[in-house]
Amino acid sequence: MAEFLQFAFSGLTVGAVYALVALGFTLIYNASDVVNFAQGEFVMLGGMATVFLGLAGAPLPIAALVAVVGTVAIGLALHRFAIEPARGAGPVGLITITIGASIFLRGVAQVIFDKRFHSLPPLVGGDPIHLGGAAILPQSLVVLAGAALLVALLWFLMDRTILGKAVVATAANRLAAHLVGINTRHIVGFSFAVSAAIGAIAGILITPITLTSYDAGTLLALKGFAGAMLGGIGSGLGAVLGGVLLGLLEAFTAGYLSSSYKDAVAFLVILAVLFVMPRGLLGRTKVERV
Amino acid sequence: VIVRALLGHRLAPIAGVAILVLLLPLLFPSAYYFRIAALVLIFALAALGLNLLMGFAGQVSLGQAGFLGIGAYAVAIGATRFSLPSWLCIVGGAALSGVIALIVGRPILQLKRHYLAVATLGLGLLVAIVLTNEARWTGGPDGILVPHLVLFGWPLRGPQAWYWLAGATFLIGAVLAINLVDSPSGRALQAIHDSEVAARMLGIEVGRHKLTVFVISAIYASVAGSYLALLNGLITPDISGFLRSIELVAMAVLGGMGSVLGSLVGAGILVVLPQAPTILHDYEQIVLGIVVMGCMIFLRQGIVPAIANMAPTIVSAIPAIAKALARIRP
Repeated sequence: MAEFLQFAFSGLTVGAVYALVALGFTLIYNASDVVNFAQGEFVMLGGMATVFLGLAGAPLPIAALVAVVGTVAIGLALHRFAIEPARGAGPVGLITITIGASIFLRGVAQVIFDKRFHSLPPLVGGDPIHLGGAAILPQSLVVLAGAALLVALLWFLMDRTILGKAVVATAANRLAAHLVGINTRHIVGFSFAVSAAIGAIAGILITPITLTSYDAGTLLALKGFAGAMLGGIGSGLGAVLGGVLLGLLEAFTAGYLSSSYKDAVAFLVILAVLFVMPRGLLGRTKVERV
Repeated sequence: VIVRALLGHRLAPIAGVAILVLLLPLLFPSAYYFRIAALVLIFALAALGLNLLMGFAGQVSLGQAGFLGIGAYAVAIGATRFSLPSWLCIVGGAALSGVIALIVGRPILQLKRHYLAVATLGLGLLVAIVLTNEARWTGGPDGILVPHLVLFGWPLRGPQAWYWLAGATFLIGAVLAINLVDSPSGRALQAIHDSEVAARMLGIEVGRHKLTVFVISAIYASVAGSYLALLNGLITPDISGFLRSIELVAMAVLGGMGSVLGSLVGAGILVVLPQAPTILHDYEQIVLGIVVMGCMIFLRQGIVPAIANMAPTIVSAIPAIAKALARIRP
């Protein structure tokens, strides 16, 4: 039982980060049909920028704030200078642009930061908490609480504000949204900014536990994308569910079976789910019109 | 008229590439250039297979490097552990890739768009994980040494020999690809690309056609992987990593989806750029990222189709330019 709890907690912690990355994917996908493979780089930038601002002498909260603002600026720039000019390039073309952006951002991080692994002091220090025989790092709880808070904030934003309604309308039908007077260009830009912010915060939260480096984004993007697809792309709840499930799957496989095959089992499960539910767990069915 | 008929022939681009492959070595100052050119041709072969799948049939694969890995490890393991001749291993690897694609493709190709992307991504990842962890067979993360290819009793070593072999193989692959595209199956694939439902209504067996092209693309990648392993002499599981798959997609898209020449151009850019002088080494990824983004923003259909579209405008502008120049001169 103690073992089970231990694996469950580490799975939830990692899963929370996957869920945040998957949410970032979903936000941008809904608003613009772009699958943004640079999403993982937002996470990396958040973590790395905080580390280096901290090394430069900035107090941690300020460093984190500046890192998030900087990442948002990069997200906006990505939209303005790479996605916006290529409007109408087709889905594969747009994906290729975000792949280019991700290579570019990795290159920039490698030059202005460095190629080593970095960590951050945990937000809440202290000894591991013992619960039912499992030892839980206080930072894990911070990650979980932070992720939950972000998801709640996002839900509030989307469901309870005019701006959020405009995002939802744009996601549902861009042309119709445009016709009722929504500035869809700004909405897409806004979704890139929010996505970047979520990514950066996820990066700052997880760095004390998993470390970060200039190329940490690739793996996270891959896992976040897989999580989003498992949940069913386009569904916010699906993204969270898919991400958390993926984290749990990995943790339990690593714990009970073999840590070298944890990714393999995770992907086998995703394949199995997709064969039974080709639209993911919560994806809507869409009928192709001819 | 004859010239126009020749230029318009569907194999004209291939003839162009053949001439290029034959003449290019005249410009190569050292063996290093042969090596890079051989790499370009090998990656072009894999990109071409992927291009058939993506550009013609409209099915995305983010796991193509998995087949690259199967081909590469087929020659490595076959030659070192079973002392089979390498050429037989190339064929065996291609057959294995084809069979795996056939078995996995049936359920996977039912998925659409991004779901297909994530399923193929998982497939590629599974191959990479097995290659990394089954160290008894594959040598694990450190990789495995690959003996030279022996063809008709002659050991094939040196970049020159590989340049010619890769060139010949790419040309054969390109001819087969063009013939496929111009066949009834090729037209069926393009119909599937435009609308799967409409294609099915026209009586096209959508599933079978998609499966065929998936198997073909897997075989192309597998052969390319075998060549890479034999050319480099050492192979690590990185060959089937996610980044390799992404690179192959970028090659196909950058050069131009649905363009045979495009695969060659895309492979050329992504193989040659990272060879930049070592001073620029730190900036390699930045430059690569900018090139990929810039091409997709300014040449949306990819480099080759975009230039092909521009060509008539340029050609028709020549008389006007000549007239203008003539007016300036006196």
